[in-house]
Amino acid sequence: MASSVSGTRLDNATALGWYRQIVMIRLFEEAAQRAFRQGKIGGYLHVYSGQEAVATGFLDAFRDGDKMLTAYRDHAHALILSDDPNAVMAELFGRGTGLVKGKGGSMHLFDAAHGMLGGYGIVGGHIPLGVGIAYALRYQQTDGIVHVYLGDGAIHNAAFHEAANLAGLWGREGLNPTLFILENNQYGMGTSVERATAMTDLGAKFDSYGIEHEKVDGMDLEAVLECAHRVTQRVRETGKPYAVEAMTYRLVPHGAGDFLERYRSKDEVRQWRERDPIGLVERKLLEAGVVDEQRLGEIRDEAKRIVDEAVRFADESPEPPLSELHTDVYADTAG
Amino acid sequence: MVQALERSTPERSTPERTAPGWTAGDAESERAPQRSLVESIHDTLRDEMRADERIVVLGEDVGRRGGVFRVTAGLFEEFGEARVLDTPLAESGIIGTAIGMALNGLRPVAEIQFLDFIHPAMDQLMNEAARIRYRSNNDFSCPLVVRVPFGGGVHGALYHSQSIEAVFVHTPGLKVVAPATPADAKGLLRAAIRDEDPVLFLEHKKLYRSIKGPVPEGPHDVPLGLARVVQEGTDATVVAYGAMTHEATKAAATVAAETGASIEVVDLRSLKPLDEETVVASARKTGKVLVVAEANRPCSVASEVAALIAEEAFAYLDAPVMRVAAPDVPATPYSPPLEHAFMIDAEKIAAALRRLVAY
Repeated sequence: MASSVSGTRLDNATALGWYRQIVMIRLFEEAAQRAFRQGKIGGYLHVYSGQEAVATGFLDAFRDGDKMLTAYRDHAHALILSDDPNAVMAELFGRGTGLVKGKGGSMHLFDAAHGMLGGYGIVGGHIPLGVGIAYALRYQQTDGIVHVYLGDGAIHNAAFHEAANLAGLWGREGLNPTLFILENNQYGMGTSVERATAMTDLGAKFDSYGIEHEKVDGMDLEAVLECAHRVTQRVRETGKPYAVEAMTYRLVPHGAGDFLERYRSKDEVRQWRERDPIGLVERKLLEAGVVDEQRLGEIRDEAKRIVDEAVRFADESPEPPLSELHTDVYADTAG
Repeated sequence: MVQALERSTPERSTPERTAPGWTAGDAESERAPQRSLVESIHDTLRDEMRADERIVVLGEDVGRRGGVFRVTAGLFEEFGEARVLDTPLAESGIIGTAIGMALNGLRPVAEIQFLDFIHPAMDQLMNEAARIRYRSNNDFSCPLVVRVPFGGGVHGALYHSQSIEAVFVHTPGLKVVAPATPADAKGLLRAAIRDEDPVLFLEHKKLYRSIKGPVPEGPHDVPLGLARVVQEGTDATVVAYGAMTHEATKAAATVAAETGASIEVVDLRSLKPLDEETVVASARKTGKVLVVAEANRPCSVASEVAALIAEEAFAYLDAPVMRVAAPDVPATPYSPPLEHAFMIDAEKIAAALRRLVAY
């Protein structure tokens, strides 16, 4: 888990925990990209660089007993909840020591013990699951809530609309503590929001289902933290769904095959880079006089050591045994 | 008709195959009350819900209306709206949220009104429910039952007649059952609800009220994955499931009377897992096998059974394995003569069986 700092301000020394986290996620993603280029990670790789403040902020408000589901850009969520970069990297490497013994890979991380009920590679497919889990949590009279992360691309998917409708409906009776976190990074793969819908105020789509919502600056960790703690408490107390549209940006290509980025201009990327969430955190910490440049450098080094160790661990881990192919298909083939 | 079907063969020796329900003999069955298929499913679901608070029912009109076929009648009144959920018309939402409930400790029994309507939920069933155990390192299972009426012969035409069960049989992680009798409906539904994996429970809509049969009272379980030998024979085998079990049994009686052949009839009951042992044993014994499916023929359950026999019983065969299945056309037509031409019935099965016996 991220940190147990009280409050949501970046004006005290405990806020350095968030800084270490957000830097570690960025370095982890960069290491994953390098490993992909080296052929150590295969298939598809979608990294989170630029969006770190969203998962870091919202999962700071995640409690034991809560559940979380997200789409395929899921490394950060798994890193934060599992607190086990070695197992996450090993999963990307497809090794037997990975979070899912190498059966999942980048887009399909899973860590049940820590409430991470998966990254999902079918866009929108996980949203109904989250709403159903939320129903079960209230049916069982717990105070857990479900974080359902989705991208701006998923909101046009039928599964979203069917699930959001049910969430609103069941929430009317206090039976649906689902927190929808819409990570609007402006592009569904290479198609911009304006080119995907005539109604570009994506948060307002929740109005159709009686779900209240707000926007937050997803590049500003402090803003996300404040929002996250406030709205998770609200969802927990009311049992009603709520949605936050986090305005954010993917500072890197969609995936490894997207290096040309024909759908967006270099200027646009440059402008967003000025609001890189890590840079924003650094400025706030420095302005508040919490740290100096040297201390920030030390923290970055600590994060780098963690990531280097994760890469080494993954690289040296064994492949999963071939017997794993046939395990965990049914209850009687559990491995 | 069902009286005859209930003459199940008890001679099973291995311990795991003498599971409860399998050895229920004739005498016991005949003392049991007669129930229609729809009554049996209703009563079983109600009794299961009384015994287990984790069971919730959800689907279109399952609550106040009691279900499109009235399978869930009275459940809303008895168990309330937190356990019997009327949903909007949103199959992906129904199955998807039911998966979520199952992941978090409930035992959802979802109803899709017709198997024809399940297509929008395919993503949820095939991509999520079927794979969750495998992808989650066995940390999660999906104890979900999806009850669905299927099958034709009721003038339902394009979207109220389909038999697409083979798609689910082709999906590892799912289980698929299709009871042909009220007793098996009870036993299989109990087993499906207790199963830790997602089970598609197919209810032939033509059988709902057209058949009655004895249903054992109290705990009566039919393990998933066990076929039922409806009647024993030595000259040929007919393998079927669902409504076709009854048509096959009629056809076997006709051909036996005409030719004197001794014909074995096997009701698969469970399409996945498939009872390969029973099917192969029967094929080896009779040497002649006809496989019947109401579904379109290519890549059907009949195809799978035929392939299994070709691999495992080839040297015992006295004739090529035959299939009788629906033609490869996109719909069950509405026009009664066209529908009749599409559907498999005792007459068509008997025609094939005569050729097989004479081979």
